[in-house]
Amino acid sequence: MQNDAILTMRGITKTFPGTIALNKVDFTLRKGEIHALMGENGAGKSTLIKVLTGVYEKDEGSIWVVGGEAEAHIHSPQDAQNIGISTVYQEITLCPNLTVAENMFIGRTSGQTVNWKEYESRATAILDNLGIPARAKQQLGSCSLAVQQMVAIGRAVDMQCKVLILDEPTSSLDDKEVAMLFKLMRELKGRGVGIIFVTHFLEQVYEVCDRITVLRNGELVGEYAIEDLPQVELVAKMMGKDLNDLESLEQVGHKSAGADEVVYEAEGLSSSEARPFNFKIRRGEVNGFTGLLGSGRSESVRAIFGADRVTGGKVRVKGKDVKITNPREAMKNGIGYLPEDRKRDGIIADLSVRENIILALQVMKGFFHPMSKAQMRQFADEYIKALQIKTASQDTPIKSLSGGNQQKVILARWLLTHPDYLILDEPTRGIDVGTKLEIQRLVLKLAEENMSVTFISSEIEEMLRTCSRLIVMRDRKIVGELTGDQLTQGYVMKTIAGGEQ
Amino acid sequence: MLNRKKLTARLGQLLIPLIALALLLLFNLLRDPGFFAIKVAENSMGGKVLTGNLISIIDSASELAIIAMGMTLVTAACGGQDISVGAVGAISGAVFVKVLQGMGAITGPSVLLGLVACCLATICFKLFNGTLVAVFRIQPMIATLILYSCGRSIAYWINGDATPQLNSPILSAIGMTIPGIPVPTPIFAVLLVGLLLALVFRFTNISLYTQSVGINQGAARLNGINPTFIKLLSFVLLGVCVSVASVIGISRLGQLNHKTLLVDIEMDAILAVAIGGNNLGGGKFKISGSILGAYIIQMLTTTLYAMNVSPVNVKAYKAIVIIIIVVAGSPVVKEKLAGLFRKKRSGGFPAAAKKGVG
Repeated sequence: MQNDAILTMRGITKTFPGTIALNKVDFTLRKGEIHALMGENGAGKSTLIKVLTGVYEKDEGSIWVVGGEAEAHIHSPQDAQNIGISTVYQEITLCPNLTVAENMFIGRTSGQTVNWKEYESRATAILDNLGIPARAKQQLGSCSLAVQQMVAIGRAVDMQCKVLILDEPTSSLDDKEVAMLFKLMRELKGRGVGIIFVTHFLEQVYEVCDRITVLRNGELVGEYAIEDLPQVELVAKMMGKDLNDLESLEQVGHKSAGADEVVYEAEGLSSSEARPFNFKIRRGEVNGFTGLLGSGRSESVRAIFGADRVTGGKVRVKGKDVKITNPREAMKNGIGYLPEDRKRDGIIADLSVRENIILALQVMKGFFHPMSKAQMRQFADEYIKALQIKTASQDTPIKSLSGGNQQKVILARWLLTHPDYLILDEPTRGIDVGTKLEIQRLVLKLAEENMSVTFISSEIEEMLRTCSRLIVMRDRKIVGELTGDQLTQGYVMKTIAGGEQ
Repeated sequence: MLNRKKLTARLGQLLIPLIALALLLLFNLLRDPGFFAIKVAENSMGGKVLTGNLISIIDSASELAIIAMGMTLVTAACGGQDISVGAVGAISGAVFVKVLQGMGAITGPSVLLGLVACCLATICFKLFNGTLVAVFRIQPMIATLILYSCGRSIAYWINGDATPQLNSPILSAIGMTIPGIPVPTPIFAVLLVGLLLALVFRFTNISLYTQSVGINQGAARLNGINPTFIKLLSFVLLGVCVSVASVIGISRLGQLNHKTLLVDIEMDAILAVAIGGNNLGGGKFKISGSILGAYIIQMLTTTLYAMNVSPVNVKAYKAIVIIIIVVAGSPVVKEKLAGLFRKKRSGGFPAAAKKGVG
């Protein structure tokens, strides 16, 4: 235990039925440092934070906080606050219809009556002290998101916090607001507060942090000083790859770069979720969007399909100018989209396998042209056979199928519409290895039959096996397009990490 | 055995309401076989009509059955219920009567015009409800609470405090019987509305779309379905049902009373949907279940009256029976029953197999 450590966690283990969320994880936070907690989804970051803030109780391990001689026992968020651990979450958890001062002191006033005058002057002092651009009497809702976040931080600081946890604080801020937040973080650091910073944005980590702790699959990968861990190595560690043996990778299947004809082309396409980007795909081409979680890859393909509110850009399908502002128009232009979140956006849980298969085609045929029962049965049978979907019958509700088979049903749904361009967002997530390979082979086969496919996967190997072109995204921007010899795992990771190459 | 399995699968959610109906019939049979007697009687106009408890049950449940059909669609698409149907029914009735009075004489064309006018008015009010639900994402019960509380006042504004009497052979033909046909007309109205809905289901995708929107709105949208349109459509169809029911209600009594027309029908309609085995949270639905539910409710009421239960107590007894039906249809009990059934079947398998072979 270092002398300047204000928070030490040792051997933290937390299990949930069926999974080990954290396995003997150590974590140390020093006085006056900004410490990044990094890892892909499911790595255990949020579990660790929830253990620390008393939302979950740990199964094993111990936590020490400076000031307390003995081990700290944290059983509730209140306990955590009492020993000086404060958290500011991604979503603002304050009340927008109260004033700044009320928000800062609500729930921690003492006595029967409240002298708001006094609290207002105290709030003003904190705001001035930390350089937060807000007035005590102002309604919180009238401040920008960044300022609201800073007020939340101000509240935490006033509660004498030693450890401040910032969980994805920058995800809804613009560049200027991020700069403001960072200034405040550095200010607090100077006062000796230890800050745990959770974010998906690599560049922000290198801008403000002193140290990085990397988690993967619930285990500690290591703790590093920022200068010892170049960005590309950080990415490799988060993904669990050793840079040295990255270069050797077998290639399965025949990848096609496609014909000359451009099937789909977007210029400056943007949506409520995606920043403007350019993109095109040729007939029979398989390409992919890659990048870390939150890099904007799903948001980009959703913009192509019109799944989010499209805000601008020009789109050409087979050379013709078209407007795609909702999924229906995308479908009419021969585009299909298998969404990332199968449960939330893909399956209609209570409907039968048959109805789930024919749904998209039925919608394309139109409201007044229902298919006959016989035709539906025939289509369902055909695709259950072709994709080897394991189901008791086509009348079985889709929710009682396994994840992999549900995914095949959604695939069947789009294949049945015979799209020119099919977007598959994480089609292999959460399904067994055998089905994963089946889906990859299917993608290559479709490309041979002249379908254009965009394939997104968190597993770079899968994309390298299937895609002839990779579009790399970082911090919601396209930062590179890789083809040919550049398609090696090492090079892809370097591009994802950016910075030094 | 396979046949039985197929039959249970096909009946599915209708099983519990059918059993409930059968038990009610059985109860009445044991209590008083005369309950089922159907006689031919002469009505005030000298025509021959069928009378009897069964006829009166099916006849008086007509308005409820018609509204329950529309309520099923709104429930399935929006995952909530419209509690303003009674009040909007009063508005519809007021518009109908206003048109008839404006036209002077009550003739075939004027009744038809009145029907069209009150349909249009109801659709407007239902679109208001639907917009709150589909566009502004307000809970259906809250969105319709507005018209629930002010609908009857609007009806009053349209028609004043008077309870106009409408005596006309055309209206009594609609509300009671057509001369020469011994069966009450409202029964045919239920058949007609049911048939029209069946045709709509046959020639459009409304059933598939409604269920998709009710189960997973986001996924439905990503498959090119417009959830807003589907929800609005469900309210429009409910509006038509409400207008038809209000015209029947007025014709039956030969007068309009905006305070009592279709009063309290919203709760019975929701109940009919629930008794029919439909999920009040939206999604999969069966219109036939709700119609069955409507007849069960009416049968219950008539049975209680036949047993000389005073009107004050009827509601309490009704509640007890309804609790039993709803609990029996609940997922928890269904699962338990299915488990018992499976055990019994597998236990008695050899005997059944022998029978099957023989």
